Amino acid sequence: MDQFTTTIGQPNLTSILFFFVFITVTMFITYYAAKRTKTTADFYAAGGGISGFQNGLALAGDYMSAASFLGIAGLVSLKGYDGLIYSIGFLVGWPIIMFLIAEPLRNLGKYTFADVVAYRLSQKPIRIAASVGSLMTVCFYLIAQMVGSGSLIHMVFGLQYEIAIVFVGAVMICYVLFGGMLATTWVQIIKAVLLLGGATVLVLMVLYRFDMNPVHLFAAAQAKYGDKVLAPGQLVSNPWDAMSLGLALMFGTAGLPHILMRFYTVPDAKAARKSVFVATGFIAFFYILTFIIGFGAMTLVGQDVISGMDKGGNMAALLLAEVTGGTMFLGFIAAVAFATILAVVSGLTLAGATTLSHDLYVNVFRGGRAAEQEEVRVAKIATLCLGVVAVALGLAFKGQNVAFMVGLAFAIAASANFPALVLSIMWRRFSTLGAVFSIVTGTTLAVVLIVISPTVWVDILKNPTAIFPLKNPALISMTGAFFAGWLGSVIKRDERAESLYAEQKVRNYLGVSVE
Amino acid sequence: MKKDPDAILNSPEFKALVARQWAVSAVLSIIMLGAYFGFILVLAFNKAVLGTMLTEGLSLGIPVGLFVILLAWGLTGIYVFWANDKFDSAVNAIRQSLRRD
Repeated sequence: MDQFTTTIGQPNLTSILFFFVFITVTMFITYYAAKRTKTTADFYAAGGGISGFQNGLALAGDYMSAASFLGIAGLVSLKGYDGLIYSIGFLVGWPIIMFLIAEPLRNLGKYTFADVVAYRLSQKPIRIAASVGSLMTVCFYLIAQMVGSGSLIHMVFGLQYEIAIVFVGAVMICYVLFGGMLATTWVQIIKAVLLLGGATVLVLMVLYRFDMNPVHLFAAAQAKYGDKVLAPGQLVSNPWDAMSLGLALMFGTAGLPHILMRFYTVPDAKAARKSVFVATGFIAFFYILTFIIGFGAMTLVGQDVISGMDKGGNMAALLLAEVTGGTMFLGFIAAVAFATILAVVSGLTLAGATTLSHDLYVNVFRGGRAAEQEEVRVAKIATLCLGVVAVALGLAFKGQNVAFMVGLAFAIAASANFPALVLSIMWRRFSTLGAVFSIVTGTTLAVVLIVISPTVWVDILKNPTAIFPLKNPALISMTGAFFAGWLGSVIKRDERAESLYAEQKVRNYLGVSVE
Repeated sequence: MKKDPDAILNSPEFKALVARQWAVSAVLSIIMLGAYFGFILVLAFNKAVLGTMLTEGLSLGIPVGLFVILLAWGLTGIYVFWANDKFDSAVNAIRQSLRRD
């Protein structure tokens, strides 16, 4: 295969056209959604009127970020099999959500997972602690997405980083501020269909050159780069590291606020379960596609070209689109990647705004008593503030290595959010002090340990050796959070909470209040 | 409908419902955890096995990885199938009997 010159980085007419169509369509949807978004239930949960299948697509849309599309395809193109190990980690949390979390979340909560944790415990301390866990997860995830989007748009369209960030922020604020959950959901659905469709076409165009047989593609990669691309490499070498990352990915997925709040957008438990099944299927399909796209790029584009454009390999999928389908197809895939960024940051911003207004403002500052219109107004102000903060963070972290922040977001979700959620559902003796201990310990350990881990201490702060040996802290921070939850509950029992457990459990299973 | 939650909690029907839900969730979770962490441990301790070539262009690791991915989806499918049929009808039966009392 000859070296080819790419047009990536130059303004692409198809791309601008597709992107313009996407913005127009989603803005129309936002306009219609705005007319139907009046109450808090509308703003936070689209009035519970999303179907199971639609919510499944939206969940998949929330989860399949541009980072996972471009990043994993790039990882596969440069490292081969290791990319698959990475994507498997991101998938296996979904069954856990289904088996352990979906049912109680649906039956005990209203808009956020803090509703469930605070169900029988003291509202104020729990809401404050849970908000900290939630907001930190959202913010770290948001920084990673914003910085990634700025560099991506800069690289693909040649647009200046700052302009790209401000543009992403402005469009995202429009969706969430005016259209609430309804608009956000439809943006996710459209984006998920475009991404899955685009990736499928890309895979078909690659496989067309290999007799529609992936094994022939792998064989071509093997012939070009040796057996090592089909075998596990350096990604998993230390078993403790691997276990820790595995825990973070598996249980972190079950603690991501923007994913958990989607369970309230469907009318009943049946639809909620169906949506997890649909989401898991689409995400699984998507990761299989990215694996083939990665090998396609490795074989048809070549590793030196890919790493020549971007060391992390982030341009692999786009280069492959150009090689197989020309500039027009490149334009389409680039527009899809842009749409993906917009959709993911919108979902995160909505989750953060819901925490600020529903958990902090209404349940802490107003003691649970706030008028419907007042809460909607506060949620909108929170959206605007969070949007501005996201843009500011995106600008502040320009050029920084923020890849670790996704791992950190998952570690906090697995350590601060997941243990408190599970203990409050399953353990009668779990007390207010225990919950606060658990969330504070989980958050603190996750943040402190990642700073002194090889990920930050050595790779970013350039110290010779790390103080904490594991790259991801979940193994310690999650265990620590469970232990602190137990300790706090033993130190100070909560008689009222224990007496309410029976009622909570009945509702957890039957979905109705009996009193 | 007004009823003492403790009485419901201790009723044999409710206990059976909880026990069955637990059994299904626990078994499926353990299968998933076992498969994933088993995969990770093989990678950590004996990764050469997964690099074994089955045929040209196909190492053992590829079908194994594909299996873990499809297993994750299949298990959620089993749960939905069970919950939307058996679990929901048991829940409805208990709700009905509560309404009658």
